[in-house]
Amino acid sequence: MLRARGLAIWRGERCLFEGLDFELGPGQLALVVGPNGAGKTTLLRVLAGLAQPTSGRVTWGDSPVDALAGERRAEIAYRGHLDGLKKDLTVTENLAFHSALFLGRTAVEPLLAEIELARAADTRARYLSAGQRRRAALAALKLAPAKLWLLDEPMTNLDSAGRALVVAWTRAHLQAGGSAVVATHQPDEFVAHGAIVIEL
Amino acid sequence: MNAFSTIVLRDLRVAFRRFSELANPLLFFVIVVSLFPLALSPTADVLRTVGTGVLWVSALLSSLLTLDALFRGDAEDGSLEQLLLSPVPLGLAVLAKIAAHWLVTVLPLMCLVPLLAATFDVPARALPTLAFALLLATPTLSVLVGLGAALTVSLKRGGSIAGLLILPLAGPLLIFGTRATDLSVNGEATAAPLYLLAALAAFALSLGPAAIAAALRVGLE
Repeated sequence: MLRARGLAIWRGERCLFEGLDFELGPGQLALVVGPNGAGKTTLLRVLAGLAQPTSGRVTWGDSPVDALAGERRAEIAYRGHLDGLKKDLTVTENLAFHSALFLGRTAVEPLLAEIELARAADTRARYLSAGQRRRAALAALKLAPAKLWLLDEPMTNLDSAGRALVVAWTRAHLQAGGSAVVATHQPDEFVAHGAIVIEL
Repeated sequence: MNAFSTIVLRDLRVAFRRFSELANPLLFFVIVVSLFPLALSPTADVLRTVGTGVLWVSALLSSLLTLDALFRGDAEDGSLEQLLLSPVPLGLAVLAKIAAHWLVTVLPLMCLVPLLAATFDVPARALPTLAFALLLATPTLSVLVGLGAALTVSLKRGGSIAGLLILPLAGPLLIFGTRATDLSVNGEATAAPLYLLAALAAFALSLGPAAIAAALRVGLE
């Protein structure tokens, strides 16, 4: 269970948002919507424990998100604007490293076929297109046993097939009892799941 | 331990695929060292006097060139962010990255030192002590470089500021390192400065990773 209580974030003199409360249980999806500069990315970084809120707190289960360690830490997966792939490693090497880091136990090969990168498995990430890199980055989500997905604009650079894949993955993740927070400019693509909408 | 070796192996693989970046600090080291005879005097007396000092200062300067490679690449492609969020304790991950950095930048440099020492007519009996002193001093230097890199990770061009931050801190390494080498050139006992270098290494390797981890957390926020 992800809980945010009285979250406020200030950037210098400017208040991005304050008094934000929400709870997200198993199987629930929260969509973060708002114009550019509203603080969607900042909110997701706070939820991930990468940044500190100006006030308020975020807890996962019974501990604050920035104090999670070991296997509890691996329960939260964050995908930001950066793909987290080393450009000089191949797709397979990147995914295998990610899997090892996040205690994943799933094989990489079947996943490559699913994201249509099987032919590019031994290509260095440097030579992939932006969309292909994004596919690989999102595929890393499937390797680790995370319960909470924090996705910041996951649809960026993806073609329609890729977007459909993300929606399908998210749906499967929710049905399996996972939860997700997605910052997006295309909430319609997700809205079918009866999501909580957080407007910034 | 498993996570440690995973990170070391990944960083080694990345480093070897960017071979030119690996070779740059080494070439810089060789060039700086060879500039001194041109600027001072190519007579054996002068070179013998300045040789060990030149080697130590050049090694220090060339290690600064490698500073940006340590965390900046990872910060720019987002893998540092993922490392921060991973179940691996950040201090351990930092230690792994420093170990990999030491293996690809310092170890080759140390292999060049005996050769360059010979060109300065440093007596052969001083070479084991010189190598041993470098072996003790360079882990501390790598931690310092890591600290400089971590503190400037959020700056676009952090290299020069990081240099200003860490060069003064490297003073003790230079003092004890050259002292040990000089003593062995003169055939005297070298234990005292070597012990001090070992103490500095123990201090840096035990507390450094935690400090670097804290700097990285702040830097990425």
